[in-house]
Amino acid sequence: MKVLVCIKQVPDMESRFKANSSGNWYDEADLAFRMNEYDEYAVEQAVQLREQLGDAADVTVISIGPDRVQEALKKALAMGCDRGVHVQDPVSSLKDPWQIASIIATFAKDKGFDLIFAGMQSQDRGSAQVGVTVAEQLGYSCATTLVGFACSDGVITAKRELEGGLKGVVKLKTPALVTCQLGLNVPRYPTLPNIMKAKKKEILSIPVADILKEEALATTTSVHPPARKGGGIVLEGDLNDMAAQLIGILKEKTAVLR
Amino acid sequence: MKALLICEYREGKLLDASYELAAFADKLGAEKAMVLIGSEAEVPKVNGTVYLADAGKYGEYNPDVHKKIVLAAVERENPDYIVFVHSSYGWDLAPRVAATLKAAQISEIVNIVDGKFEVGICNSKLRRNVTPTTGKAVLTIQAGAFSVTDASQGVPQLERIDLADGASSLEFVGYEPAEKKDVDLTRAEVIVSAGRGVGKKENVPVIASLAKALGGELGASRPVVDAGWVEHSHQVGTTGQTVSPKLYVACGISGAIQHLAGMKKSDFIVAINKDKDAPIGEVADVLVVADVLQFVPALTGMLQK
Repeated sequence: MKVLVCIKQVPDMESRFKANSSGNWYDEADLAFRMNEYDEYAVEQAVQLREQLGDAADVTVISIGPDRVQEALKKALAMGCDRGVHVQDPVSSLKDPWQIASIIATFAKDKGFDLIFAGMQSQDRGSAQVGVTVAEQLGYSCATTLVGFACSDGVITAKRELEGGLKGVVKLKTPALVTCQLGLNVPRYPTLPNIMKAKKKEILSIPVADILKEEALATTTSVHPPARKGGGIVLEGDLNDMAAQLIGILKEKTAVLR
Repeated sequence: MKALLICEYREGKLLDASYELAAFADKLGAEKAMVLIGSEAEVPKVNGTVYLADAGKYGEYNPDVHKKIVLAAVERENPDYIVFVHSSYGWDLAPRVAATLKAAQISEIVNIVDGKFEVGICNSKLRRNVTPTTGKAVLTIQAGAFSVTDASQGVPQLERIDLADGASSLEFVGYEPAEKKDVDLTRAEVIVSAGRGVGKKENVPVIASLAKALGGELGASRPVVDAGWVEHSHQVGTTGQTVSPKLYVACGISGAIQHLAGMKKSDFIVAINKDKDAPIGEVADVLVVADVLQFVPALTGMLQK
């Protein structure tokens, strides 16, 4: 079974963000990048399938972006993927989801992948489009937002997370693409021996211009901080002073303290 | 300008979020038509055309077929915008429709500013204005971002959609109900929630003590539940419970969109966070800028006196 995993490298979401000087994305200076959290679940599920099927499975991991994304690819290889593909694009963050999906679909076309894993969304852009759009472009069956996955004899049983704790179970046949939700599994930490082993694994580099033929379908006109609603009281300073002030406010404004 | 709104229907009921689509279209100033794959008894009470397809025949979740039904309505209505709720149904179906039409998709719209669509990036720490460059565009709106002001009491005009080909690559097996809850947060008057900022499982009792001192229940954000620090039944947010207590205290919760959607209708919101710019500050009535592990014990101690 040929498996492809799509991963993105994103900044640590605990960072402070500001718009870049062109006002079309965030400023990447001083940000620490890591593998998109949703994609860690995708890699883990692919690696578990690899372990289930042994050498009958082969897992390729692909990422699009500047040279730094090789770090994310190396992590995926250390987790257990067999080979990496780096689509070199220094300005991938400015590509819209349609273009990103087109890059992946163009790469995957005619390579006979039976199963493609992706995160359900990226933590930075959060469009939740790329995975499904790749499936559409390839004509693959697709299920999203997985919190449960099983595969046997080319049939995937997928548990989708719906709202309010409800789940929906679906079956689909390969070739298929699934998108992974947080909590699907427990992504492993790469061990030192596996990190060393991963250094020997191949990472194929492809210039983006070789495989992207599509124009963007949407334009970013501005990036800016959210408008402050105002009205909220901000307390800063000494802990006990703040606690006393807060208790005063709660007594005045709510009925829960008397 | 015309908007085709794709309603949501689950377990035999029209979901209320469907009316948020109408609120969005009103704010946009667009003429409305709707699509419901459901039943006649559950048709939304909105003036305008409702394209109705029978969920009994086509399934409640069947994206291959639902895509064809939406496309059939697009063909008849020729809308400028095709609008979904950004939900497990909407984010699943919208890109399928967009890709087939090769239309731009703009996801999880939170606002309309001067005719431009505003969306969040990086956990909503920044906002981005986006404009489609295609003639038609597919939109998804954030749940709860466009509130329904008046009770909709319009009279829809029904148009049936029947497909000749109902083939699907996906088989829907069934629903799995939510795990039994050991706590019903929706009835709590006070909720004190723990977020990633509490650092580790061993610190959760600090937050639970404050909940107890305030006579409330312990809540949690998704990362805390995924990490196994707190049971899922305590999770607040779109995939957990949607709550509106008299007092909500968010401890070390940065305010991801999914969490905000589950608690922003609370009567009074206190946020404790060491990051003054955390998005939770947007909905907080009081923002205490402090380390939760230092401030919460101080507050609890004072309340117990």
